[in-house]
Amino acid sequence: MAAAPKRPFRWHIVVFLAPAVLVYTAIMILPLAGTLQLSLFRNIDQVQVFVGFENFRRLFGDPNWSVSFWNALRNNVWFFIIHMLVQNPIGVLLAALLSSPRLRFSAFYRTAIFVPTILSFVIVGFAWKLILSPIWGVAPNLMDLVGLKSLFTPWLGKEEYALTTLSLISVWQFVGIPMMLIYAALLSIPDEVIEAAECDGITGMAQFWKIKLPLILPSIGIISILTFVGNFNAFDLIYTAQGALAGPNYSTDILGTFLYRAFFGFQLQVGDPNMGAAIATMMFLIILGGVCVYLFLVQTRLRRYQF
Amino acid sequence: MTTKLLTALLLGTSILGSAGMAYAQDVTLNIESWRGDDLAIWKDKLIPAFEAKNPGIKVVFAPSAPTEYDAALGAKLAAGSAGDLITCRPFDKSLELFKKGNLADLSALPGMENFSDVAKAAWQTDDGKATFCVPMASVIHGFIYNKDAFDQLGIKVPTTNEEFYAALDKIKADGTYIPMAMGTKDLWEAATMGYQNIGPNYWKGEEGRLALIKGEQKLTDPQWVEPFKELAKWKPYLGDGFEAQTYPDSQNLFTLGRAAIYPAGSWEIGLFNTQAQFKMGAFPPPVPKAGDTCYISDHTDIGMGLNAASKNADAAKTFLTWVASPDFATIYANALPGFFSLNNTPVKMEDPLAQEFVSWRDKCKPTIRSTYQILGRGTPNLENETWVESANVINGTVTPEAAAKKLQDGLDSWYKPAK
Repeated sequence: MAAAPKRPFRWHIVVFLAPAVLVYTAIMILPLAGTLQLSLFRNIDQVQVFVGFENFRRLFGDPNWSVSFWNALRNNVWFFIIHMLVQNPIGVLLAALLSSPRLRFSAFYRTAIFVPTILSFVIVGFAWKLILSPIWGVAPNLMDLVGLKSLFTPWLGKEEYALTTLSLISVWQFVGIPMMLIYAALLSIPDEVIEAAECDGITGMAQFWKIKLPLILPSIGIISILTFVGNFNAFDLIYTAQGALAGPNYSTDILGTFLYRAFFGFQLQVGDPNMGAAIATMMFLIILGGVCVYLFLVQTRLRRYQF
Repeated sequence: MTTKLLTALLLGTSILGSAGMAYAQDVTLNIESWRGDDLAIWKDKLIPAFEAKNPGIKVVFAPSAPTEYDAALGAKLAAGSAGDLITCRPFDKSLELFKKGNLADLSALPGMENFSDVAKAAWQTDDGKATFCVPMASVIHGFIYNKDAFDQLGIKVPTTNEEFYAALDKIKADGTYIPMAMGTKDLWEAATMGYQNIGPNYWKGEEGRLALIKGEQKLTDPQWVEPFKELAKWKPYLGDGFEAQTYPDSQNLFTLGRAAIYPAGSWEIGLFNTQAQFKMGAFPPPVPKAGDTCYISDHTDIGMGLNAASKNADAAKTFLTWVASPDFATIYANALPGFFSLNNTPVKMEDPLAQEFVSWRDKCKPTIRSTYQILGRGTPNLENETWVESANVINGTVTPEAAAKKLQDGLDSWYKPAK
């Protein structure tokens, strides 16, 4: 039997893939590998020495590090929970309202709600610090107008409220993103499906729960994973509003701020890039784990509908 | 054609070169600094004063941004392009430069004898044998008060703790003013203007600070817990919502005349003079009992050293000796009220508030902040933890004893005092 004619090597695939692969490798893969490598070394007498998992042993074994780490992780989980419980349901609700054909000025609302998303963290952090300031802020006065002055406390300065307050500020800033994604998903539901539902007598709320919601579930899944990745990488808002020490008493310390202090140091504390890299590696693993759970357990079970 | 051009170029450079020669009679010294704010003072006051006395030496002040200074300086030193004179950060940052051989040993510099051991501590090796920067200025802690408010309420300036709290009670009862302008949001206010401000009276300044470094005292000893207990008593006298009050908030509360007492550092003087519309006075941290020796935090903040690789070391040393002289101190301290010369010779200052601050040096014993020298090195960092715990104590979320224990435990985890 004659050998099959040898197919020419398809160079164009390599050529077309090359730019993306090279750029992605240079700005993503290499730094990531560098971080992982850095976390296995220690600086001893100005020389980088390979120490295996010593940094991780220290991160989890030394109470000076482990207490801060678990505290940051716990806070980060709470930060995520608030986003999942508040930001995403509100996002879905807003999208449902916006897609209602009877709503007037919907373009205006859409823009207004989305605008905070494009604001800088610095502006958002500073503006909310001023709004909530017990001395100059408008919050105490506004609450006084409706007779709720007694409920006002300096939220950003109290251990028990500060993290929740910051989470809600972050929700305020980013609620536009789930809203937009869900809105797009709702608009892409074909009219025939809705009409068929109406013929079957499913209207109003029932229509949303039984027809629309199942159809937008994949989008909600995507939003959840985006929220997860975003929250566990968060840093900016806490840093601008509470500073690198994430006060009061580390109650708003999340993995991002913890990493920052370890890596770059703060005030008299000298930065320790190796421990910082170890924390960054843990963040990477946590996010990787979360994304894998989503990909393999959740996404495969989501039913997709082809129209 | 090309030969002609080349000749012309060569000729040009040789002329320029010889023109340079004419100037090169003068030695030019470059100063590295992070104090861009002081550029005008250096250019208009300090450098002309020096050049008038030392013809033949030209000085150029070349600051970089504070946040970039350490990195930029490190890179320049490594490349050999750093200036002859280097403005020194206190403690470890400069010590590291000295250990690397970037800063020259100045122990024998004429003029060094004008400074006390406390003043030099920030720029000495741990054993105190070598000094590598000339101390330039320090900041003093105390309390600034609204004189009009005190007069109106008939309050005398407090000298003891008892009088201090009596004054605060009176202001609070009257209700016109917030008794004390301080917030815990930024954390460092509580530590720097609280703990380090009143603390030296309890741990007896240098005595306690050095004993702590030697390991003879612990942060859980009564003299170190006592300041926390005092801080815990401050809570009722702070403004509404002080937990979320930031440092600029506190400054504004005081300069707008809404608060009567401001736990301060002397660096505020310049700003407060331009902003406050009322008369201000200052008093040192009150002592526990009448007749006790008073201690003040006179924290060394800025110095100047010599680049070990400088080609003009002799001229640079002349300059440093001048920096160590009372002449320099007088100009500097008057140009920047609140940054006090560390020179032993008393400096005549015009600003009354600055005069008040510096007068405490005569009756009180100076010390520096306890968490800086040697103890400010490790992780968990004592200084940073002191910020957090001081704020906690004032917020009332942690007891003074628990805060002290946390600090000592953190310190024990990395610091083993030499026995």
